[in-house]
Amino acid sequence: MTGRTLYDKLWDSHVVHAEEDGTALIYIDRHLVHEVTSPQAYEGLRLAGRKPWRTDSIVATADHNTPTRDWAQGIADPVSRMQVETLDANIAASGAKAYFPFRDTRQGIVHVIGPENGATLPGMTVVCGDSHTSTHGAFACLSTGIGTSEVEHVMATQCLLQNKTKNMLVRVDGQLPFGCTAKDIALAVIGKIGTAGGTGHAIEFGGSTIRALSMEGRMTVCNMAIEAGARAGMVAADETTVAYLRGRPFAPKGEMFERAAAYWRTLVSDPDAKFDRVVELNAGEIKPQVTWGTSPEMVTTIEGRVPDPDKERDPARREGIERALVYMGLTPDTAIKDIRIDKVFIGSCTNSRIEDLRAAAWVVQRLGKRVAPGIKVAMVVPGSGLVKRQAESEGLDKVFVAAGFEWREPGCSMCLAMNDDRLEPGERCASTSNRNFEGRQGTGGRTHLVSPAMAAAAAIEGHFVDVRQLA
Amino acid sequence: MKSFVVHTGLVAPLDRANVDTDAIIPKQFLKSIKRSGFGPNLFDAWRYLDKGEPGMDNTRRPLNPDFVLNAERYRGASVLLARKNFGCGSSREHAPWALDDYGFRCVIAPSFADIFFANCFKNGLLPLVLTESKMDRLFAEAAAFPGYRLTIDLPRQRVVKPDGEEWEFDVDPFRKDCLLNGWDDIGLTLRHADKIRAFEMARRAEQPWLFG
Repeated sequence: MTGRTLYDKLWDSHVVHAEEDGTALIYIDRHLVHEVTSPQAYEGLRLAGRKPWRTDSIVATADHNTPTRDWAQGIADPVSRMQVETLDANIAASGAKAYFPFRDTRQGIVHVIGPENGATLPGMTVVCGDSHTSTHGAFACLSTGIGTSEVEHVMATQCLLQNKTKNMLVRVDGQLPFGCTAKDIALAVIGKIGTAGGTGHAIEFGGSTIRALSMEGRMTVCNMAIEAGARAGMVAADETTVAYLRGRPFAPKGEMFERAAAYWRTLVSDPDAKFDRVVELNAGEIKPQVTWGTSPEMVTTIEGRVPDPDKERDPARREGIERALVYMGLTPDTAIKDIRIDKVFIGSCTNSRIEDLRAAAWVVQRLGKRVAPGIKVAMVVPGSGLVKRQAESEGLDKVFVAAGFEWREPGCSMCLAMNDDRLEPGERCASTSNRNFEGRQGTGGRTHLVSPAMAAAAAIEGHFVDVRQLA
Repeated sequence: MKSFVVHTGLVAPLDRANVDTDAIIPKQFLKSIKRSGFGPNLFDAWRYLDKGEPGMDNTRRPLNPDFVLNAERYRGASVLLARKNFGCGSSREHAPWALDDYGFRCVIAPSFADIFFANCFKNGLLPLVLTESKMDRLFAEAAAFPGYRLTIDLPRQRVVKPDGEEWEFDVDPFRKDCLLNGWDDIGLTLRHADKIRAFEMARRAEQPWLFG
């Protein structure tokens, strides 16, 4: 028998039934639920007279619509409030393993709270009605974003209908240069293979650089697998994985933990496993990344310049660049370092974990100055209440506030601007989030995706700067 | 779910690559707790000149005359031509709901993002893949001939052009059956309820830490 990839192993261990054409029923271990993509699913269940199959698989929170300040006043927007209250009512009626509602101390972004509570474990299948569910693959689990019909399907049957995808290995080897982070790896990969490069594939991230990343860093990389088109990203389990999970509230305890950990350590691709595609990156060559356009693949480095469409020979690509530059209000050949920004957003399921906040705070302290006068707002939005508390215990909030940043309550916030945190038309933002699509952070808003360190430095200087110079 | 068997309809061309689900239905419209009513906000930021918010009377908003779906000749289109990686980004099923609510029954593109592709099948909307060169021909013909219509014959897996030429397309047999019959996935899956229970029991015995 030939070797199997991690994805093959995860797939094989969850097949309940397979149709003749290969469409399989996959058993789902963990179902993460939030307020935006679940109301229609609960409604569907009710209309059909169905009950959730296994509510102890459900961990839920409200994150997309929740405000990030003035919590005492509740949710001002009645439509947002209705959505959050609908989730409250649905969970109250049908139950869950855990629910972290608006203003709960453990509330936060669904992809932050799952792992930090130990609700995401190696070997699991994890689904959520959110494309960034790929994040959880950092724990050697098969985790995919699903639509609302699939949310309803999982609630009703504990299974998902899936077709097995191909295997892709992204191998990153070598020492990441100072100032470069997991976010720069993710953007460099997308720059190399494109936003559709991973379509139809599950991506395993491997190599010495990935092995050396913390769980937070691995989550950042897997989070953006979807931005490369892959529904699932994953990293093999190792001692870093096991150490992270030990003592987490929903992780197994005592002897059961050791038994589980022994199994988790088998969740690696076999040495002779075959991948349909292998992409290799040398970490030593990675530089701080900055996107200039309206798709994450429109990315360059801090040393780069805005591209000139006239130099692009492919007409479709040229048109894409031209359209993006008009939207972004950028002139060809502008140096990235000369791009001035209006707002800064440090947060999102990509970069709102403690390590991200530490990196940003370190840069702020190192530069020793306040947010540049031209910056209208620079906000730091922790990924969860627990991250917020941890950051405050380390005094990071004081570093940010003293420098003129706003220290907010947890939530998805300006990553997708469903709450009041948004860009106004024409405003330009250095953002640690994952998507620079037109209108993503507010109608007419202009997003540049960067790492937390790069965003913090841009806030202080008012334009993009090379954080490697802070060494 | 409504079935899809044979559909003939007016074709509208959306000539840009990497159309993401934020563009298909912007986030401010995701606050609804219903599945319907998203059609008037399909491609909202491109379709209207003002900034769209939930609760606006969309019939009174200024239309962007340069956006293809606003052209008189494409009114009532039910087949959308698109470019590569259509539906990338967010998993929001509101995207196929909006396309369906607007009146589209089929989207034809050289490639789709995976989650969007799966979501379409749950809503009786057929995402159909043709090669780049065939797409180029459809875009050219749709532009050249006002009133250009295509027939999508799912049982025979053929796109039938007005000149009688027929192009074959692929579709997973299981998904095809579901679309042809308008089957509810959940009902189908629950036929295997005993198998699911047996799988679950074995899993509980092997990895008890996953339960409770």
